[in-house]
Amino acid sequence: MNDMTETPLTRSSTQASTTRRLRDGLLPLLERHSLIWLSLLLLVILPLSLGDFRLGLAGKYLSLAFCAVGMVMIWGYGGILSLGQGIFFGLGSYMMAMYLKLEATATDEAASALAAFYGSALPDFMIWNSVDALPWWWKPFESATFTFAAILILPALLAFVFSYAYFKKRVGGVYFSIITLSLAAIMSIMIIGQQGYTGGVNGLTDFKTAFGLSLQTPQTPWILYLITSLLLLGCVALCGFILRSRLGKVVVAIRDREDRVRFSGYNTALFKAFIFAVAALISALGGVMFTLQVGLASPSLVGIIPSTEIVIYAALGGRLSLVGAVYGTLLIGVAKTYLSENFVNFWQYFIGFLFMGVVLFLPTGLAGLLQRLGHGKQEVQS
Amino acid sequence: MHNDKRRLIKHALLLGAFSLLPFSLVSQVQAADTVKVGIIHSLTGTMAMSEASVVDAEKLAIDEINASGGVLGKTVEPIVEDGASDWPTFAEKARKLLENDHVVATFGAYTSASRKAVLPVFERNKALLYYPTFYEGLEKSPAIIYTGAEASQQTLAAVSWLMANKGKSVYLVGSDYIWPRTTNKLARASVTKQGGSIVGEDYLPLGNIEFSSVINKIKAAKPDIVLSTIVGGSNVAFYKQLKAAGIDSSNQTLMALAVTEEEVTGIGAENLTGFLTCMSYFQSLKNPVNEKFVAAFKARYGEKRVVGDPMAAAYTAVYLWKKAVEKAGSFDVPAVIAASSELTLDAPEGEVKVHKDNHHLWKRARIGTINAQGQVDVIYESAPIEPNPFPKL
Repeated sequence: MNDMTETPLTRSSTQASTTRRLRDGLLPLLERHSLIWLSLLLLVILPLSLGDFRLGLAGKYLSLAFCAVGMVMIWGYGGILSLGQGIFFGLGSYMMAMYLKLEATATDEAASALAAFYGSALPDFMIWNSVDALPWWWKPFESATFTFAAILILPALLAFVFSYAYFKKRVGGVYFSIITLSLAAIMSIMIIGQQGYTGGVNGLTDFKTAFGLSLQTPQTPWILYLITSLLLLGCVALCGFILRSRLGKVVVAIRDREDRVRFSGYNTALFKAFIFAVAALISALGGVMFTLQVGLASPSLVGIIPSTEIVIYAALGGRLSLVGAVYGTLLIGVAKTYLSENFVNFWQYFIGFLFMGVVLFLPTGLAGLLQRLGHGKQEVQS
Repeated sequence: MHNDKRRLIKHALLLGAFSLLPFSLVSQVQAADTVKVGIIHSLTGTMAMSEASVVDAEKLAIDEINASGGVLGKTVEPIVEDGASDWPTFAEKARKLLENDHVVATFGAYTSASRKAVLPVFERNKALLYYPTFYEGLEKSPAIIYTGAEASQQTLAAVSWLMANKGKSVYLVGSDYIWPRTTNKLARASVTKQGGSIVGEDYLPLGNIEFSSVINKIKAAKPDIVLSTIVGGSNVAFYKQLKAAGIDSSNQTLMALAVTEEEVTGIGAENLTGFLTCMSYFQSLKNPVNEKFVAAFKARYGEKRVVGDPMAAAYTAVYLWKKAVEKAGSFDVPAVIAASSELTLDAPEGEVKVHKDNHHLWKRARIGTINAQGQVDVIYESAPIEPNPFPKL
């Protein structure tokens, strides 16, 4: 896997000779393999240096990084700013949680005691909300196969159909952003309002097992962390592959001059909808891993705030860098954890300033900054 | 290709930054003569208004304990974490307290949502949480000791008293979430059993501020009693609109189940004067423990502050933990839980006792009239009520 990032730089010839010398040495091996660097960090360095709890936290932030990687695809390369990626994260998260909740209801002792007490084997929150029977759209989630199929298909399909309809009508730019923003708001309001079917503000929680395996053993966080990392690396690789393919070139061309591509005979809406669906699928996978690791699905993950935070993650990493998105998410995660532990009462102000600072001083993100530092002058295009 | 060099530098720097990560997060080394407890509440976000004062009460209790020699000779060191009114954050911070700081007990959570989010974390770590809020019941966790009232300890007492003293027809109005719905389920069963009738039942979204249609329905139904389980900021609008519609304590009996002295301050006592409320604790209770608690609280946090039921329950929780530890002779969680069974304590609300197996407290229900000063004049006090989080309807 090489060249994960687009290089929006015009190369000056003055330094070419120095680089050419390095090129014959060890450097090309290292520098051209950003995915290997990331793998090294996620699979070796973090597990070796972090304890159980910190590794669990890293796993949680990595599950958010899925969305940031998707954001780089649609925003950095597709030129589509979505402020509603939380929707797809939430869909993945809730579908996984529905399966786990039904599994917990069927197998857990406390849940079956509650069910016996109230005379029906429903998830606990449905009993409290006087729901009499399992809603039809919950039933299929008793099957693990269906759940996985739904996670892989539903968010992507939804994203494709929805975005294609808008792109076909040539709705784009800030209008599309506003639409996604409203969808995120609608989704969180709907989940909170339909308490009897969704768990409302409480969300879905209290899972004991996943696919028959206990979620409470000491090994579980390690296994889940490993799956998350591998899946994330896989997604980064997949996105890199898409971007380097001819399809990716068309997407970038659409971003830069959509009308020209359209005049050349391409159905641009189709390409944009495809890339949007890919990002949705990746975000949903992040949601699944989040639910498995944190043990809950909550409406606070699908609304406007988490959706906009995802944009910040991508912006911090550099919106043209797939691996940068992962670093950006991890860095903000570390900052949040560190600040909230040390400045309990006012840490959120720091996070706010951090976000403002990124937009103000790092418009091209960390990747852009490092490129500038490495190059000595500013020639990164915005 | 200097582009490659740039990328190399980029990755070298990032990698360097990340390998420093574990060092920046090194936890403090615990001193030998201190013992760590956790406090986890929302200090930021929408719930901070209610929860910050609970933290104040918990810190007061811890400082008092430290001033009188600590627990088992050790100074209690509270580690405060912010749940930020966000349930996944609560779960994360609970893990941090348990797995990173290795606290021996935790005081915290306020909304049911936050409790549900941290419950699996506490159960997995076989740890102990003291939960201070009056809540809907329907839960019994080995990892939680519930120091607030569960629904039956508040609702059933309130309904029986209302039926005997104020009339038979009841209008139920509440916010739309689990606590009001469960409470009203209990209330309906109890009212019917005692020969009363429910003439209306309405739920409004959390944060709702438009009550005119409900108020019109109440006016049309002319119930003997309005039982309100409206929570939070909605109350301000509800009581102001009631007053504007000409409904006040002179022509309507109304009992609020989620209004403590703190909310009265926010709503404005003039909008509530004469209405009834039912809690385990009121600031005005006359007993030496409470007088000492209120005086100490005001001395530390200011004369204008008021104390409400969840704050007193949180204060009680810290002392209950201390007593259980001393009885067990150890900070070991299973020993402390075992020692908690049937433990009694002189709390600000009077004597409380931990139930022998369901981890809730035996509590009294008290009914009072809200006066013009925003305090509550107690007019009825029940005998201690056995906690029963799974009441038969």
